[in-house]
This record gives sequence, structure tokens and C-alpha cells, in this order.
Amino acid sequence: MHSEKASVWLKAAAWGGLVFLHFPIFIIALYAFNTEESAFSFPPPGLTTKWFAVAFSRNDVLESIGLSLQIACMATLLALLLGTLAAAALYRRNFFGRDSITLMMILPIALPGIITGLALLSAFKALDIQPGIMTIVIGHATFCVVIVYNNVVARFRRTSHSLIEASMDLGADGWQTFRYIILPNLGTAMLAGGMLAFALSFDELIVTTFTAGHEKPLPIWLLNQLTRPRDVPVTNVVALMVMLVTMIPVLLAYLLTRGGEDVAGSGK
Amino acid sequence: MTAISGASASPAVRSAAGRFADFLYRRPNFYLLLLLVPPLLWFGAVYIASLLSLLWQSLYTFDDFTMTVSHTLTLANYTQLFDAANFDIIVRTVVMALAVSVFSAMLAFPVAYYMARYATGRTKAFFYIAVMLPMWTSYIVKAYAWTLLLAKEGVTSWFIHGLGLDAVLQFLLDIPGIGGNTLSTSNIGRFFVFTYIWLPFMILPIQAALERLPPSLLQASADLGANPLRTFRHVIFPLAIPGIAAGSIFTFSLTLGDYIVPQLVGPPGLFLGSMVYVQQGAIGNMPMAAAFTLVPVVLIAVYLSMVKKLGAFDAL
Repeated sequence: MHSEKASVWLKAAAWGGLVFLHFPIFIIALYAFNTEESAFSFPPPGLTTKWFAVAFSRNDVLESIGLSLQIACMATLLALLLGTLAAAALYRRNFFGRDSITLMMILPIALPGIITGLALLSAFKALDIQPGIMTIVIGHATFCVVIVYNNVVARFRRTSHSLIEASMDLGADGWQTFRYIILPNLGTAMLAGGMLAFALSFDELIVTTFTAGHEKPLPIWLLNQLTRPRDVPVTNVVALMVMLVTMIPVLLAYLLTRGGEDVAGSGK
Repeated sequence: MTAISGASASPAVRSAAGRFADFLYRRPNFYLLLLLVPPLLWFGAVYIASLLSLLWQSLYTFDDFTMTVSHTLTLANYTQLFDAANFDIIVRTVVMALAVSVFSAMLAFPVAYYMARYATGRTKAFFYIAVMLPMWTSYIVKAYAWTLLLAKEGVTSWFIHGLGLDAVLQFLLDIPGIGGNTLSTSNIGRFFVFTYIWLPFMILPIQAALERLPPSLLQASADLGANPLRTFRHVIFPLAIPGIAAGSIFTFSLTLGDYIVPQLVGPPGLFLGSMVYVQQGAIGNMPMAAAFTLVPVVLIAVYLSMVKKLGAFDAL
């Protein structure tokens, strides 16, 4: 079938779809350089890089960036630990309750974020826990686990079990097998899963609004700017930056796992 | 084990970690338990417990006069969901979710079809990344991009004016129900934003379903005398349905729970998500907010049971 040529219409529709997906992203990149201060007229009257300096000298922006990075790092580490453990437990053995465990891990991203967010908030309130950085991290880690799990479990399934048996036969003990056979095999999958989890946490808004209390991670900072429009140029610059921070890890994760049957990022 | 660890009979002197690893290898059930305990504890204590607490709090009573929550159990919150005003919110959200699902399937199909059947090598990898990146790009930034696009004097109006389509836009905006004063305050605008944000979630499952379609089926259809249109209607489309159904799970569920886009674009009038947010935040009526979160759960459960028949789960 591949020898057949696609019709002009199909080709146009397919490429048109891609343009539709990328045009708004291009607009964000363009407006970050806009000279105009308070409107969105198109085409922009002029281009400048001065807003980058302005944005990076603002304390509230820097604090939000630092906070978001901190949260994303902690959530990613927790998700890496829990997701890898779950993948190691579930990839080979079939036992009672296995499907329920998988479902339980998928639920936090399958159900709308308001449900996860409000559920966590109601539990924190019932236990008199003050919302803050830790409550945000708990929420993020919960829905990031499945991202790591998906990547690592796919790698486990592709790693032949005979490798582990061969290592044991050659006299390595369980620890050496883990250290020299299993871990190097999992490395890139864990890295890819971790980067996707990082991107997901860095940009998460809906669950965060419920668990953040008075903290202002970057997505919440951005949302506040949008509902009370002021400092448009600074907002534009921050938007471009958030976009890059979420795109680059995903691209790297794709390159790390390319060629496998399950490629990182194919499901959010 | 104790005999080995105590004596020099062991062939090599093992580290404590090594001995522990050996022990785990010999006791697979214990090993499994050890691996599972941390994730299970986390999900049990954090997630499942939170969901149950939410469900429990939906039965509490909210006093409208004192604006306080008392722990008397009641089903009143659930009966209130069927009040005309609340029911309107549910209908408005479901109609939008269905419309967005249908339209994104229409936009996604050609892209997915081209990716699966014609693109090869580098083009295919390019398309794959080009669909995946917008999916992962920050949600709030994508929503923000659309407020820029739809703004007065913004990009969309510049293009529409440049193409001389002002009359068409005005005609669309004059249609009651979906129109409005400007694109950014109309349901059409909101509809486009939702479609844009969830579109990649629709493309990838359709592409995966079409990828599995054997080319021999199309050749057989052509050999038996079907023209391309008939082949599409009777062979390709039916086999793509599981993919469309799988994609629609995402578009449907994500639209149902969203409260950011309705806040930024479109006419006033609450969505399910915004109602939950307003109830728990400004009003402080956690029981009502909790009862409202059950609506998307029930709707999604119903939707899942419907698309399961279409084979959506095999295409996930």
C-alpha cells in the first residue's frame, strides 16, 4: 500500500492538522518578543528581547520558578521510586489483584483533575494538614507514578529474563545481578519516565490549585496573570519559558526510548 | 540460611546486601510483597483514602444561613444536583464534551490516516513528534495562546479580515446558542480551544488503530470492485472505530472536568468543573462540591461502558 500516493487532499488535511497544532505555539514564541505592552494586536508592531531581562529580574517570577522546580524534582523522585517498584513487581507475575493495582495507578490521570484535587483537599482538611509544598508534592507524585510505571514496565518486558538467569548461572548473586544487569537495562527507561513525570508536574495546574494553599507555583502564577491581565510582556516571556521547560524533557525522553515498541510520551 | 551465614562453609564471603538479595531470589512471594508495599501504601493511604473521604463528605449537611458544614449525614446534596440550575450545568458540559469529541475525531482522522498509511521513515517520525509535543506542552500556556489568538484585533481577526471572511464570522456569531459578541466570549471560541487542546489525544489512538489495519484488506476490497469511497466506508472506517472510541474517552473526560478554559474563553455560565471549584472555594460548600464531582465519575463510567462495546479498550 505504501507504494500508492496519498491524494493531494489527504496530504493537505494532514499537514493542515499539524499547522493547526503548532500555530498557537508559534504565536506564544512570537509574542514573547512583542514591543507592545498592553494589547495583542497582530502582526506585532515590533520585536525586542528586553522583556526577558525584565521577567528575570522580577522576584515573584523567580520565586515561582524555584518553587515549581523544587516541587517537580521531589515529585519526580517519589514517582521514580514508587513507579519502578510497582513495575518490578507487576511485569512478570500474575497474581490476584494485579489488574486492580494497575487500575489504581491509572485512575489519578484518567479521572478529571478536579476529582483528584478535591479528594486530596478534602482529606487534608479532614486531617487538619495545612496546604503547602508538601501537599502539592503528594498530589503530583500520585499522578506521576503511572508515567514512570508505563516506561519502566515496557522496558522490563523487553528485557529477556534469560539475561538474569545467565547472570545468576555465571555466579553473580542477586545484588550483583541487580546492579550490573537490571539497573543498566532500566536506566534510560527510568530517565525517560522521570523526565516525562518532571514535565507533567512542572505544568500541572488543576490538581495544584486545590492543594497549593498560598503557594504560587509557576502555572498558578500564570493563571493569576491571565484572570487579572497586567504585565502582559512578562506573562508572555514566562509562558514561552514554561512551554520550553515542558517540551524539552519530552523530546529527550522520546530520543532515549526511540526504537522500542513502547515509546515514551505516546500517552499522557 | 542461618547455617551458611554463620559458617565459613560458604564458597565466598558474601556481603550482607548480597545475602539479602539471594534470600529474596529464593522467596519470590516475599520479594513481591516487599516491592509492592511502598506503592500500595502510597496509593491506599493517599489516593484511595482521599477518594473515600470525598465521597463521605458529600453526605455532610451544609447550612445555607450560617454557611457552615455540619456532620449530619444527608442525601440532599445529590437530590440538589437535579435542580434546574444545576442540571443545566451538567447538560451544558456534556453537550460541549460530545461536540468536542466529534469535531476532534473529524480533524484527527486525516492526520492519523496519513501517518499510518502513507508516511514512512523520517516523515513518520516527524509527524509522530509533531503530534506528541503539543500534547505535552504546558496546558495553561496552550490556553493562554488562545486568549492571544482570539483577542480583539488579535491573530484570528487579522486572518479573517485578510481573507475577507468577516461576514461569515458575523453569521456564525449571530447564531443563538453558539454565538456571542466576539469569538473570545462565544461558545464557538470555547469549542475551538477545547478541540485544539485535546486533539493530539485523539490523533494517536486513531493512528494506532489504523496502523494495525492489514493492507491486504484494502487490496481485497479493491480487487472485489469497491471504489476508494466504498473501501473507506465499509473497511477502513469500521476498523478505525475502536481508535476513535479510545480517543474520545480522553476528549470526553478531559472536557467534562475542565474548569480553566471555561473561565478564560466563552460566555458566562458555569461548567461542571467551575461549579465544583466555586462551591468549594468561594462558597465553602465542600459537601455540594463533593457531590458534583460524582457527576463526571458517573458520566465517564457510563461513557466507558458504551465505548467498551466499540472495542475502545483494545485500542488503548
